[in-house]
Amino acid sequence: MLYNKKVMDYFRNPENQGRIENADGIGKVGNPVCGDVMVIYLKIDDETIRDVKFETFGCVAAIATSSMAAEMLKGKKVEEALKITNQAVEESLEGLPPAKRHCSLLAEEGIQAAIHDYLKKKGG
Amino acid sequence: MKTIYLDHNATTPMDKRVLDFIYPYLTDEFYNPSSIHLPGQQVREEIEKSRKKILELLEGENYNLYFTSGGTEADNFAIQGAAYGNQKKGRHIICSSIEHHAVIDTCKALEKDGFEVTYLSTGSDGVVNLDDLKQSIRKDTILVTVMHANNETGVIQPVEEIARFCREKGIIFHTDAVQTAGKIPLSLKKIGADLVVISSHKFYGPKAAGALLVRKGTRIFPLFHGGSQEKNLRPGTENTPGIIGMARALEIAVSEMETEGIRQKELRDRLEEGILNLIPDVQVNGSREKRVPGTLNVSIKYVEGEALLMYLSDEGIAASSGSACSSSSLEPSHVLLSMGIAHEIAHGSIRFSLGKMNGEEDVEAVLKILPEVVKKLRRFSPFGKDKEEFGENVYAHTH
Ligand SMILES: Cc1ncc(COP(=O)(O)O)c(C=O)c1O
Ligand code: FES
Repeated sequence: MLYNKKVMDYFRNPENQGRIENADGIGKVGNPVCGDVMVIYLKIDDETIRDVKFETFGCVAAIATSSMAAEMLKGKKVEEALKITNQAVEESLEGLPPAKRHCSLLAEEGIQAAIHDYLKKKGG
Repeated sequence: MKTIYLDHNATTPMDKRVLDFIYPYLTDEFYNPSSIHLPGQQVREEIEKSRKKILELLEGENYNLYFTSGGTEADNFAIQGAAYGNQKKGRHIICSSIEHHAVIDTCKALEKDGFEVTYLSTGSDGVVNLDDLKQSIRKDTILVTVMHANNETGVIQPVEEIARFCREKGIIFHTDAVQTAGKIPLSLKKIGADLVVISSHKFYGPKAAGALLVRKGTRIFPLFHGGSQEKNLRPGTENTPGIIGMARALEIAVSEMETEGIRQKELRDRLEEGILNLIPDVQVNGSREKRVPGTLNVSIKYVEGEALLMYLSDEGIAASSGSACSSSSLEPSHVLLSMGIAHEIAHGSIRFSLGKMNGEEDVEAVLKILPEVVKKLRRFSPFGKDKEEFGENVYAHTH
């Protein structure tokens, strides 16, 4: 099997897919190798991530990592969330096939982009 | 769960009649056809009968046939053999950019060894343009390679015209007929290519058996050294079950070609029409007229191919995106890209390739399940909503 059971579970039943209207932070990132795209929407209140939604145009690994990343983000403080790495997401999924490792980068970059968008909006 | 198999361009199941035919050669008739003793010579006779049968079925009186371990080896043999056998005349090769990797990667390897290769892209219909080819010819061109039909789109190439042109210019012409042998008429006499490749497992024969057909008088070098089999050009003890199984399978495929062709075309067209009617924002990739009967390649916008295939697989439908061999690579299909299809559209492509066992119920099943799966994936795609197409460039600032 190409993917392990946990990855397949998250791929088959992804949670937190969709949009948040009036999100406090939006991050949109793409993977230039494969052309896949991820958009992440954050609802932030009192420096805490209250809600997360993802939109993913991507492979099995990209959909599974976005679903896992959403789960990891919920309830986290903003500064904590900034520390989430793609390795952490991958480990939570118990590993990805070597050729698909880079797919988890989308999640890390998406989180970074969304939080920086939030910080910028807050600052300005 | 029963599998609905719609991936016959990747491989086919062995026909029961072929299995029965080769069974003795896997067991009692195991002898080495190079042996002097009687049982060995009897096996030799069967191999020679198979050779003759294949040449007859393909109308190749003027050809020599070399058995190989499959299409990949035969393509390598043809291209490397012709390149190294004729390099005194020149070192330029023309290769269509929609070729199978067995051809393209062999050309790339030759480039590393000092050969020059011109890659010809196709029109949006997936057909190689003869004028482009004519303009790419140089004084030192020794070989042109254009496949008979493409494995991803099923689009048939103008190989007769190309062969005629190459003949006039004294250039060797190779055509990979792996996707047409046993599916549409394949007459070597009529096509007139110098080198033609077929592969048994694509027409319900055993795997790891194929052949290179060489027009008499064409100069090629061997890939391997070791024995005197196949006139010294392809040494090694013959794969007897593979060889006789391939011949039997081709015989069956040719005898059923007309009825199967009509039947599969009807099913394919119904599938195509259904998909176009039921799912918005889809396109058929490649010429819809010049296609082998059972192949359908569609792009489903705003969704990605691997995810789509996996959800289909969960529902028991086995299809493919592009070629099976590259399903672990991240790049979208080189075939669709070379037809000028945008990256994101190519990424959402799916290939259905029908075969003998498929019936109406399989088409109905796909038409029931596919729209649901597409709906699900589109729900969480960032594209195709608010009229937002793929427009925005989000790639530039990452990595
Ligand atoms: C067009 C084409 N050429 C060559 C091959 C390789 O043939 P084989 O699998 O017998 O090595 C294939 C199939 O994989 C093919 O579709
Ligand atoms: S292949 Fe593109 S994100 Fe996985």
